[in-house]
Amino acid sequence: METFIKQRIKAIKKGDQNAFADIVEFYKDKIYQLCYRMLGNRHEAEDVAQEAFIRAYVNIHTYDSTMKFSSWLYRIATNLSIDRIRKKKPDVYLDAEVTGTDGLTMYSQLADEGTSPEDALESLELQKTVQEAILKLPEKYRTVIVLKYIDELSLQEISEILDLPIGTVKTRIHRGREALRKYLGDL
Amino acid sequence: MECPKKMVELMHDYLDGEIRKEDEQLLRKHIHECKKCSDHFYRLKKTVSFIENLSHIAPSSDFTKKVMANLPKEKRRIRWQRWFTNHPFITAASLFLLLITSSLWATWHENEQFSFSKQENLIVKNNTVIVPKGKVVEGDIIVRNGNIKIEGEVHGDVTVINGKKYLASAGEVTGEIEEVNEVFDWIWYNIKRVGQNITEILVK
Ligand SMILES: [Zn+2]
Repeated sequence: METFIKQRIKAIKKGDQNAFADIVEFYKDKIYQLCYRMLGNRHEAEDVAQEAFIRAYVNIHTYDSTMKFSSWLYRIATNLSIDRIRKKKPDVYLDAEVTGTDGLTMYSQLADEGTSPEDALESLELQKTVQEAILKLPEKYRTVIVLKYIDELSLQEISEILDLPIGTVKTRIHRGREALRKYLGDL
Repeated sequence: MECPKKMVELMHDYLDGEIRKEDEQLLRKHIHECKKCSDHFYRLKKTVSFIENLSHIAPSSDFTKKVMANLPKEKRRIRWQRWFTNHPFITAASLFLLLITSSLWATWHENEQFSFSKQENLIVKNNTVIVPKGKVVEGDIIVRNGNIKIEGEVHGDVTVINGKKYLASAGEVTGEIEEVNEVFDWIWYNIKRVGQNITEILVK
């Protein structure tokens, strides 16, 4: 896979736009997931995730191949998400949607798997509560928690993405987890 | 009982998957004995499992398409290259037609000044610089707004700006041959036009 990505990046650097479509296809889920968990809103996540890919394309020449490409992408998406959080009015947080327009689909999916409607609903409720708890975290804790849990990233990778010492990353994860425990531990 | 402060830290190290064996034993032992820490640990683990079990939310189905539509225009040369590789027959046929319709060249060059680096043995005929058969030209040749026809030998580089190079089978260039064509866009336009005509003819 790494070789495939490297070879695509080479083509993009030469100006081949089609090669970039492969990159987007490959990483879109993870980048979208990151933005969604950071922002708690599908439309904004879509917007920021797209912007992240466009930035990556435009700045591809600044990509230093000693870094993992995914880390570089995550860095761009993280920074854009934080920018967006800072621009956001605080009251937008309140109606953080969890399922958005796919709510019904998810509901029926769960129902199909033999889950009772009550359970499905409870699970949706829970999803919403968990996402809201993430959104309550200050951005520096939110960032590390989201990176750690969306892609099971190692502390080393997170430290590379955020350009922070590994000790700082560790402390932030611990504090973020403690804060989440207070919101969610009693459920 | 007063709990060692580092117990909570050890819990997090455990959850990070970065705990040393002896510390893990210490943690387990303490949790076994201490209700408060065992509670704390249980809540932390529950919290983590909530986060880990958040459902996957998919981006829109046309996500990639939308990104691609919003990228800045790619380099033209790449687009040509891709088009050429995807349409080899049309490309070849078009080039052929284009070459016979060489009057196109004349119209393009009308307002341009023809010039070239003066060297011994070079012959000029109608805006075409010729390296004659059996002759050797020393040094780099630059032709502007004209063509070059190489039948002999060039000991150096050949650069053609806004023009065409014709290398005869007997011709030889020791250095690099390069065509710098601002006119390339214009050729491209013509190839496409001719290409379209050919496609139409073939379809009929
Ligand atoms: Zn204790």
